[in-house]
Amino acid sequence: MIQPDSSCAVTVNGISVRVPPGASVAAALVAAGTLCTRRSVTGQMRFAFCGIGQCQECRVSIDGQPHRLACRTSCKEGMHIVTGGEG
Amino acid sequence: MKLHIIGSGPAGLAAAEAGLAAGAQVCLIDDNPAPGGQIWRGGPGAWTDPRARALWEQVKDHPRLTQLQTAQVVGAVAPGSLLLENETGGTLVQFERLIVCSGAREVVLPFPGWTLPGVTGAGGLQALIKGGMAVRGRQVVVAGSGPLLLATAATALAAGARIEAIVEHQGLSRLSRFGFGLALRHPGKLRQAVSLFAALRGIPYLAAGQIVEARGPDALQRVVVRTPRAVREFACDFLAAGFGLSPNTDLGQLLGCAIAGGAIEADQRQRTSVQHVWAAGECTGIGGVDKALIEGRIAALDALGLAPTARELSVRRQCHDFSALLARSFALRPSLKDMCRPETIVCRCEDVTASALGPHGGWREAKLATRVGMGACQGKTCSAACSFLFDWTGPGARMPIMPASAGALSQIE
Ligand SMILES: Cc1cc2nc3c(=O)[nH]c(=O)nc-3n(C[C@H](O)[C@@H](O)[C@H](O)COP(=O)(O)OP(=O)(O)OC[C@H]3O[C@@H](n4cnc5c(N)ncnc54)[C@H](O)[C@@H]3O)c2cc1C
Ligand code: FES
Repeated sequence: MIQPDSSCAVTVNGISVRVPPGASVAAALVAAGTLCTRRSVTGQMRFAFCGIGQCQECRVSIDGQPHRLACRTSCKEGMHIVTGGEG
Repeated sequence: MKLHIIGSGPAGLAAAEAGLAAGAQVCLIDDNPAPGGQIWRGGPGAWTDPRARALWEQVKDHPRLTQLQTAQVVGAVAPGSLLLENETGGTLVQFERLIVCSGAREVVLPFPGWTLPGVTGAGGLQALIKGGMAVRGRQVVVAGSGPLLLATAATALAAGARIEAIVEHQGLSRLSRFGFGLALRHPGKLRQAVSLFAALRGIPYLAAGQIVEARGPDALQRVVVRTPRAVREFACDFLAAGFGLSPNTDLGQLLGCAIAGGAIEADQRQRTSVQHVWAAGECTGIGGVDKALIEGRIAALDALGLAPTARELSVRRQCHDFSALLARSFALRPSLKDMCRPETIVCRCEDVTASALGPHGGWREAKLATRVGMGACQGKTCSAACSFLFDWTGPGARMPIMPASAGALSQIE
């Protein structure tokens, strides 16, 4: 599904990045240099951990929808991703 | 005849192929955006394994196939009925015959700094890379225990990462007994291991090594490991730490299937203890892709009233021998408990430390007092760690097995 020749543009906290189509939102975060998906209940930075939709550490907001899993959501052209929004 | 299959990894795809070939209607359900499960992640375009391609060719445009991706089974509502959640909400799905191919999840054990961004599971890093996460030029340390460490290192290396070290907790004597076991009974697997090692030539491989801590401050920068001879420190951007796999039995439990030794119990024909429910692949015991493929096939045949051949049954036996060898060779050593210090967070969702958990007598009591396991992952990450660290019996699966929207749950009548 990932075609190396084309790419898809998304924004991460307002910064625009391009990733291969089919790439996960987690991949877009790393491409944007954002290694923080959420803050833990005691305020620590967290990032994707299990990669397969189990740990829930990679919850971010996608197009205004909170609690979406960055590891299991594919990027789509024009997607707006916002991280770090929860306690 | 209609088959519902949960999971489109190797087991689910093999079941779908066998089912379609035998004339059944097949509904294949998976929560990932693309088929392939864990080993064949990234979708058909990214596959290099000819077995994956061959199966997919037989299955993909079949007129009797219904394929539901990005659809998660979150509950078993009544006998013969599953609750599914997808992007648009919830649906109830009725099944006559169900094959559960729900795979495994990684066993992760806590150590200081394991919550820092950049620390992932071993299979976790691999999954993220297969999902397009760039690691080119990044420094990676792979640590923990089990064959997945080598596979992870190879994936990261192929993606352009610099592997600083592979740290395996088992000592050389156990590892060489595993090697002999492969040589004696599983020459194909031995060849695989040898070619993995060849690909990873020149990378420091530390046997009998253990993680001491991962260091930040806010994101991972270094990891400290200990071997019998020295304490060493490696600078790194990613630490892939995994301690093996455990069967994902959530759905099996919810359906009422008997669980034995942490896996869904299945007989020679992959029948579970519940009528009309079969199970195949890692959810019935960890054994890798070959086991998943043969079990998926046998499950579908049996579900359609067909018998597997003697050869198929013998392949299954061989795969189960390999499973047993894996389990013996990479059983977690109690010394891994030392990684977790009193101030180490064990429950990542609620930030509960080991010292807060220690005084409690069991999972339930600790849960009420500390909120361990009550966060978003519902204990999927920490309950295995707590069983290992404190000898607690973990929680049973409950509905919904994954966080689900109220909209989806409102479908339950
Ligand atoms: C993170 C990780 C990475 C791995 N990487 C490798 C590797 O690179 N090489 C290797 O040899 N082995 C790897 N493995 C081992 C792996 O388990 C394989 O041997 C193989 O993929 C097993 O096939 P399977 O069909 O049993 O399960 P899987 O491939 O795990 O497939 C199970 C599928 O079911 C889906 N599923 C589970 N529950 C539900 C539900 N409730 N609703 C909807 N869908 C559901 C899952 O999302 C998944 O797609 C990995 C394991 C893990 C956990
Ligand atoms: S990384 Fe664990 S759920 Fe996404």
